Amino acid sequence: MLIKLSGGKVYDPAHQIDGKVMDIYIRDGRIVSRPRDDETIDQTYNLRDKVVMAGAIDMHTHIGGGKVNIARMMLPEDHRADPSQHSDLCRSGCGHAAPSTFTTGYRYAEMGYTAAFEPALSPVNARQSHLEMGDTPIIDKGGYAMIGSDDYFLRMLTAKKDQNAINDYVAWIIHASQAIGIKVVNPGGISAFKFNQRALDLDEKNVHYQVTPREVLKALSRAVHELGVPHPLHVHANNLGVPGNMDTTLKTMGASEGYPLHLTHIQFHSYGTEGDRKFSSGAAQIAEAMNKNKHISADVGQILFNQTVTASGDNMRQFANSGLASPNKSVIMDIECDSGCGVVPFKYKDKNFVNALQWSIGLEIFLLCDDPWRTFLTTDHPNGAPFTSYPHLIRLLMDKSFRNDMFTKLNLDAQAMSTLNSIDREYSLYEIAIMTRAGAARLVGLHDRGHLGVGAGADITVYSDNPDREKMFEKPDYVFKDGELVVKDGQVVKVTWGHTHTVKPEFDRGIEKDIKQYFDTYHTMSMENFKVSSDEIAEGGRGGVVVQACEGRREKSL
Amino acid sequence: MANSSASTFEAVTCPACGLLCDDVRIERDSTDRLKVIDKGCAKSVTFFERVVQKSSPSITGKAVSLTEAINKAADILRSTNQPLFAGLGTEVQGMRSVLSLADKVGATLDHMNADSSFRNTLVVQNSGWQVTTLTEVRNRVDLLLVIGSDIVSHNPRFFERNVWNKESMFDQDTSAREVVYLGGQNIDTFAGVSPKGVKPTVLPCDLESLPEVVAALRAIISGKTLIATEVSGVKVRDLESLSERLKAAKYSVVTWVSSDLNIAHAELTIQNITELVIKLNAKTRSSGLPLGGSEGDSSVNQTSTWISGYPVRSRFARKHPEYDPHHFSAAQLLNNGEADALVWISEFNPDKTPPNVNIPKIVIGHANMQGNDADVFIPVSTSGIDNTGTMFRIDSSVSLPLGKLRESALPSLGEVMAAIEAALSKNMKRAKPC
Repeated sequence: MLIKLSGGKVYDPAHQIDGKVMDIYIRDGRIVSRPRDDETIDQTYNLRDKVVMAGAIDMHTHIGGGKVNIARMMLPEDHRADPSQHSDLCRSGCGHAAPSTFTTGYRYAEMGYTAAFEPALSPVNARQSHLEMGDTPIIDKGGYAMIGSDDYFLRMLTAKKDQNAINDYVAWIIHASQAIGIKVVNPGGISAFKFNQRALDLDEKNVHYQVTPREVLKALSRAVHELGVPHPLHVHANNLGVPGNMDTTLKTMGASEGYPLHLTHIQFHSYGTEGDRKFSSGAAQIAEAMNKNKHISADVGQILFNQTVTASGDNMRQFANSGLASPNKSVIMDIECDSGCGVVPFKYKDKNFVNALQWSIGLEIFLLCDDPWRTFLTTDHPNGAPFTSYPHLIRLLMDKSFRNDMFTKLNLDAQAMSTLNSIDREYSLYEIAIMTRAGAARLVGLHDRGHLGVGAGADITVYSDNPDREKMFEKPDYVFKDGELVVKDGQVVKVTWGHTHTVKPEFDRGIEKDIKQYFDTYHTMSMENFKVSSDEIAEGGRGGVVVQACEGRREKSL
Repeated sequence: MANSSASTFEAVTCPACGLLCDDVRIERDSTDRLKVIDKGCAKSVTFFERVVQKSSPSITGKAVSLTEAINKAADILRSTNQPLFAGLGTEVQGMRSVLSLADKVGATLDHMNADSSFRNTLVVQNSGWQVTTLTEVRNRVDLLLVIGSDIVSHNPRFFERNVWNKESMFDQDTSAREVVYLGGQNIDTFAGVSPKGVKPTVLPCDLESLPEVVAALRAIISGKTLIATEVSGVKVRDLESLSERLKAAKYSVVTWVSSDLNIAHAELTIQNITELVIKLNAKTRSSGLPLGGSEGDSSVNQTSTWISGYPVRSRFARKHPEYDPHHFSAAQLLNNGEADALVWISEFNPDKTPPNVNIPKIVIGHANMQGNDADVFIPVSTSGIDNTGTMFRIDSSVSLPLGKLRESALPSLGEVMAAIEAALSKNMKRAKPC
């Protein structure tokens, strides 16, 4: 089957193509070079005046795992308002803040997204994450294994184990949990909460292990780098949501001593303490530091106004925030001496001073960070807002007058504390394509996705060039997944199973001897059962595991 | 199937209760009989050593081929408007297939343990809770408060594996752990005696009085002064002393088994437990721990929740999932004549038989059920013995693969459900629009 996408305006930043009119050819799920004149083209799509991009990639979205399922379980009232019907093609389900898995897959695809990554896959809960993602159709997926508060790793730091040993453990975790990266949440803080510490600053010691978050960040960022894992250490920093936490965030940028770090939902970590209410925007300082520190990338974690639910591994901070729950209920868990979770429903309101300022801070960060290759479009779904609000967010970034109209509706005190309406920048389609395609693929390490070059997987989205960017991005004309037309006019027309992307860095398998003994002594499951097999992921004909290339084990860099 | 070679399996996962111990050692003889030879308990022995009787698919008690039985089941489902899928004794992979068929035929779903599961679920949906998991308990608990249960009738190895374990991560002297039983009469507290012989504190009361006793404990922990000196036979002085011990503990764990709380206001009692835990966390650390569970209840609820958005009791009759903890109770639907066919599923346990009904009845279950009174009976293999599977532990964060210990000629539940779905699709051109 040879398909020709004819004459669309192509935005492919990986190849510096910025709106050039050109043809794209697809064969057997891949983008191929222009065929010989005597080859038969089976199907041609006339894309004159249409905008063509690679399928979008959400590099941070909570779509699968224990805490997401707790969020679903505890919010039947949210689901009731958004039922999703069974059709000839699609399974039924429900949407909004924590959608069911099938609905998640359909809705991502219908927005032109072809991949999404679960950022907080707790290794002990990895099987559940993969089960849920396995029931999420069409899109590709993957996860970042969350460590840094796990007993085994913290013991290694206490014992001052050699970096090579830490690298081996980190690689083992990536293999065992079928992950594509490593995340750390409130470094050391989830563990500290279990020892009744209620806050943990960057240089504060966990009372039991006598280890600081800075040491955790340094060891893990170095491990990820030395293992050649493309995705830098994914960091949910300490002190999420705390006024004044911008200082922690700025210090965190230096904590890895030059090893790459990705700071996630940085909006929630960019707060100052100025003004009468001791809550202010740190966006300018954060953006300035981002612009200066080329080893740092960030996704924003924009909030948008409405009901949502916050779901995080950071049980220390979620416990502290549980009093703000709306509706008033929350689930806080300690998990297996490995991690934790906290699920707190939340309603962001534009007339609320703090919420309004959070909205502004997120947008200020987007607009003040110069480099879209290091800045990523997320709402930290569902923590800032459900992923279905991305088209609205894109319009806010691309349309200054729309943004300013929204700004004037905010709480007046928040308006007075924000510089947002003095910022003229509007994102271009090319920059949106960087943030949501080329840059995201490069950041996650998806070598054959996020671009339209020959050999890439044919994940392609086609839009009508509507000046109302919200309308444009919420309903693409066509979405192709691995070369198959899966969405037409914003509706699913074919259901496929996407792949699960992983990396498999090399490591010394001899370490399993010690890990097995550790499991046998302290845990309530065996080491073998901790590991998720590729067969389990592909169960029942679902998409299989794809191993993306690592850059090979790097020499010790210090 | 006989004549396979004998074999020994190490580290087998046992789905017989919510703990999913995965250290069980099992021997298989040349006739495929299994024997638990190490790390067993009464429940695992019953489960693994059950002799499977010869059985065949049948229609109204008459043996038929599997294909005939599947076609007949499809025929029944095709002619119904409000099918009820109940029992649901299965694991994750089985439940995936159940949900797929339910979506297609517009079924209502209920699990055989739903009455007790809801005592917990309604608390989560109303106020949330603060809970922990087994490995945390094993390594951190210093004071265990057991409410209204002996635990071990449901989870025989709970104390052995999670309380009286010798070693812990944080160098705790585990034998010095304290255990308190609150509520119930004549509870067997032997499992709570420490390895050094220290007996647990026991504060008995009638189970029916637990709502007020637990409310009193919560009030005391919250700093309220009670005028009464006794609550349903429990001295307020003893509750005050328990409150002090909980406040002094570094990591107390408060546990209950919802199926033992077969009393009025069970969910309010559990909510008082979880709210007193939250109160304790203002100063120290404390966690709830719901125990008990199985017949796949937590696996079924987890799977249903990610696929449909809701735990069971749910309904697909209106082409989208709906959820109602009360109206979609199987017993109630059957009593009110609101179901026109029953599909009863129990792959783990032949003793979990369907209710007597006067509507078409399809039984898909353990071979020993025989199912002579069913319109259609399809014996299936058992996950964890005859086929692989996936199961969630009662503490919800951990799921484990179930192994295959022998060959079985029987199809798995997933295969049967998929075959019924395929049979329906084949002849479904005139069927309900979906």
